[in-house]
Amino acid sequence: MSATGIGAAVRRKEDQRFITGKGHYTDDISRPGQAHAYFVRSPHAHARFKRIDTAEAARMPGVCAVLTGAELAADKIGNLICGWMIHSKDGSPMKMAAHPALANGKACHVGDPVAVVIAETLAQAKDAAEKVTVDYEVLSAVADPAKAQAAGAPQIHEIAPNNTIYQWSLGDAKAIEAAFQSAKHVTRLDIVNNRLVPNAIEPRAAIGEYDSGTSHFTLWNTTQNPHVARLVIAAFVGMAPEHQLRVIAPDVGGGFGSKIFIYPEEVVALWASRRVGRPVKWVAERGESFLSDAHGRDHVTHAEMAFDGDGKILGLRAKTVANLGAYMSTFSSSVPTYLYATLLSGQYTIPQIYCEVDAVYTNTVPVDAYRGAGRPEATFVVERLVEVGAREMGIEPAELRRRNFIKTFPHQTPVIMTYDAGDYDASLKKALEIADFKNFAKRKKEAARHGKLRGIGFSTYIEACGIAPSQAVGSLGAGVGLWESAEVRVNPTGSVEVLTGCHAHGQGHETTFAQLVSERLGIPIDNISIVHGDTDKVQFGMGTYGSRSGAVGMSAIVKALDKIEAKAKKVASHMLEAAEGDIVFKDGKFTVAGTDKSAAWGDVSLNAYIAHKFSGQELEPGLKEGAFYDPTNFTFPAGCHICEVEVDPDTGTTEIVGWTAVDDFGVVINPMIVEGQVHGGIAQGVGQAMLEGAVYNTDGQLVTGSFMDYTMPRAHDLPTFSVDMTVTKCPSNPLGVKGCGEAGAIAAPAAVINAITDAIGTEHVAMPATASAVWNAIQKSNGARKAAA
Amino acid sequence: MPTVSMTVNGKPVTADVDIRTLLVQYLRENLRLTGTHVGCDTSQCGACVVHVDGQAVKSCTMFAVQAEGANVLTIEGLATDGKLHPMQEAFRENHGLQCGFCTPGMIMAAIDIVRRKGHNLEERTIREELEGNICRCTGYHNIVKSIAAGARAMSGGT
Repeated sequence: MSATGIGAAVRRKEDQRFITGKGHYTDDISRPGQAHAYFVRSPHAHARFKRIDTAEAARMPGVCAVLTGAELAADKIGNLICGWMIHSKDGSPMKMAAHPALANGKACHVGDPVAVVIAETLAQAKDAAEKVTVDYEVLSAVADPAKAQAAGAPQIHEIAPNNTIYQWSLGDAKAIEAAFQSAKHVTRLDIVNNRLVPNAIEPRAAIGEYDSGTSHFTLWNTTQNPHVARLVIAAFVGMAPEHQLRVIAPDVGGGFGSKIFIYPEEVVALWASRRVGRPVKWVAERGESFLSDAHGRDHVTHAEMAFDGDGKILGLRAKTVANLGAYMSTFSSSVPTYLYATLLSGQYTIPQIYCEVDAVYTNTVPVDAYRGAGRPEATFVVERLVEVGAREMGIEPAELRRRNFIKTFPHQTPVIMTYDAGDYDASLKKALEIADFKNFAKRKKEAARHGKLRGIGFSTYIEACGIAPSQAVGSLGAGVGLWESAEVRVNPTGSVEVLTGCHAHGQGHETTFAQLVSERLGIPIDNISIVHGDTDKVQFGMGTYGSRSGAVGMSAIVKALDKIEAKAKKVASHMLEAAEGDIVFKDGKFTVAGTDKSAAWGDVSLNAYIAHKFSGQELEPGLKEGAFYDPTNFTFPAGCHICEVEVDPDTGTTEIVGWTAVDDFGVVINPMIVEGQVHGGIAQGVGQAMLEGAVYNTDGQLVTGSFMDYTMPRAHDLPTFSVDMTVTKCPSNPLGVKGCGEAGAIAAPAAVINAITDAIGTEHVAMPATASAVWNAIQKSNGARKAAA
Repeated sequence: MPTVSMTVNGKPVTADVDIRTLLVQYLRENLRLTGTHVGCDTSQCGACVVHVDGQAVKSCTMFAVQAEGANVLTIEGLATDGKLHPMQEAFRENHGLQCGFCTPGMIMAAIDIVRRKGHNLEERTIREELEGNICRCTGYHNIVKSIAAGARAMSGGT
């Protein structure tokens, strides 16, 4: 392994601009003559309106225009879409309600944009926005997914009776019944997977600019996938033909999924820029982010697991109601279906699995993928059932898992996924060692002497990522393919640019992708640039999410590098006057096999462009190759997380005193970066389990609407993590990479809740397990024990 | 519109500003020093931390006019003659950043922690002192490592 190749902990090239404050985030960009946009948003969760009075606002100082949904519709700007078709059990398609970028006649959630003020300064736009009046007719609202389908619930969209979007299922309903009939033990749980707000620290932003001389639009946007944004805004929203829209994602400050989707604000910024003839800039305020960024999770589930007399799992069934919010966001339909139910086998051999999912509309912010997207929800169900089952049956939790682990691969689960490779015993074993599990009982006793309750919890998770094989997802309803693209451009001087369809918003691609190229071509890592984020520069790509940039993005680069090597060898063969088959390429040098005749990389690249050594008939000049890589399978990272907590029973305060993560990500490109991804994922999982929760009241008001009330994890909420890895190479891509971006967020919540319930001796505690929740669970359980005694 | 004068990164600057202008807006929009970031609207995230007269301040929570006559240091003013501040180096060496958005505020806050708590910082101290700085990417593990290393380096140690 070289100092800058695959497997090396290379320090990041991109850090230079970030640590010196020279990053270019969207809000750092100012276009000449730009005006500022401020949205007027519905203060009501559910309301009809007929008139928006903009006259007074339009007269305010500095105002260029005040625009509403009526003007948007008159300009024939199309609606936002959900791009993944899901059918209900009865074969009917999902009920996708119209979602205009500015509400036209009906507001469906607090924060739903109804108008926009464009002014010289943001302050002037905000002042004018206060003068916009809307004749809201307030309707009753429903925010709770468990109540959305009840008789008498407010109907949000005519197209969806009982607010039901789809009623989907996976598995064999008869076979699962038989499995449960034969069970010796059944564990049953009611689980709420709490709603979260992603809250990347950089708020969303968009700058729309229209050049009337060329009829060309440019959009600067905090997006994880500029080409997808371009395609949707061009082809579906109808803003402009695709070739007349450029989308630029500059530096983006975190995404976690929330910046995948195409939102109203960028559509309006583009449209407004053409209407007012000036660039239009919008930047979310944090309170606005809470009311407009897609939220995550929000499932209500009843789940059951059937065991035989030896603790072998016979079956799992679950019924989930998934809250998709007021409108269907871009990928929303896929999250509680094909990203969720297909992972209900966990790491275990489970003969029968059946899952029903009802997706519902409520008067809340739309819900879509957020780090893990469906897989944290699945892992929580499986790992809580296994843990509670173990406790109920009196089998040691690690042992029950071991008894049920899948041991041979490939393994076809009953829920579509075929796991390719893994060794779940190995990660569990390593994690137990690192966590010093054998001395836990001692630590628990010691803690008890100080009046503290210690608990330990496991989460042996698996996920499907490296999203995704296009035909497979197409057959499941996806409107897009999920391949990835790369172009490798070798310059005459031998330096290299890699144009990737992926996009980094913290993942370090400028370094890790360069490591791959450096090792493969034998050139210094400083001679390699990674180019991403601009649809004018880079060929179509699907972007970064779903832990795909390593498995899919880098595989595309490998394919392009294969072509580069082949072409370069042809050039070298002409230079060295040898047969192409005799050329060996190693460590940046081309050699004629068995001789000392060689040519250096830089000479070959120069010759490719000077083209003096070969004729145009024999070989095209140049050294630039592209590739599109479509994975043949998902990848299946898996591992074991062990969380150890200490609870103060007097206050309910829980301290995480130890965290062990042993993950199998296949081949690791840069261990420092991979560990960083694990740390960040665990932090978000701990946030879900202990601190975070988006709360709506019965009027549909978001009570947790700022960082004052929505608890973001701070440094003192988290421990130092012990992170290690095992490796089973991924057999389905050239590098053997599985991906690592989401694993921490997928594994963590179950580990935390398993640990806390172990500590306090209750069956369950709801997420977030705040001090108050834990204290109340203790009181309730003490009360029940007293009553029983 | 009042006029405000201050020194920013060693340079005297003067401007007429809307009285509502926050210091962070003045730095970003008037002076085009966009390294200081805005991440929230309730003064919690810390992405806006700068130094005013030698102390860490959340620049979103003071008006530009309140900095009249003050000495302001932003992330852009840390490196001298192209040489990075030891705390900046420590963040790179220890992978203390991912998306980079919270990083300027983290680094400025970290330097202030060292000023107040010294060069041999314990993990617990660093974690508690970071109450006012939120990161969504790193899980803080490497930020804590970076700050401990940067603190030692600032004393001339390693």
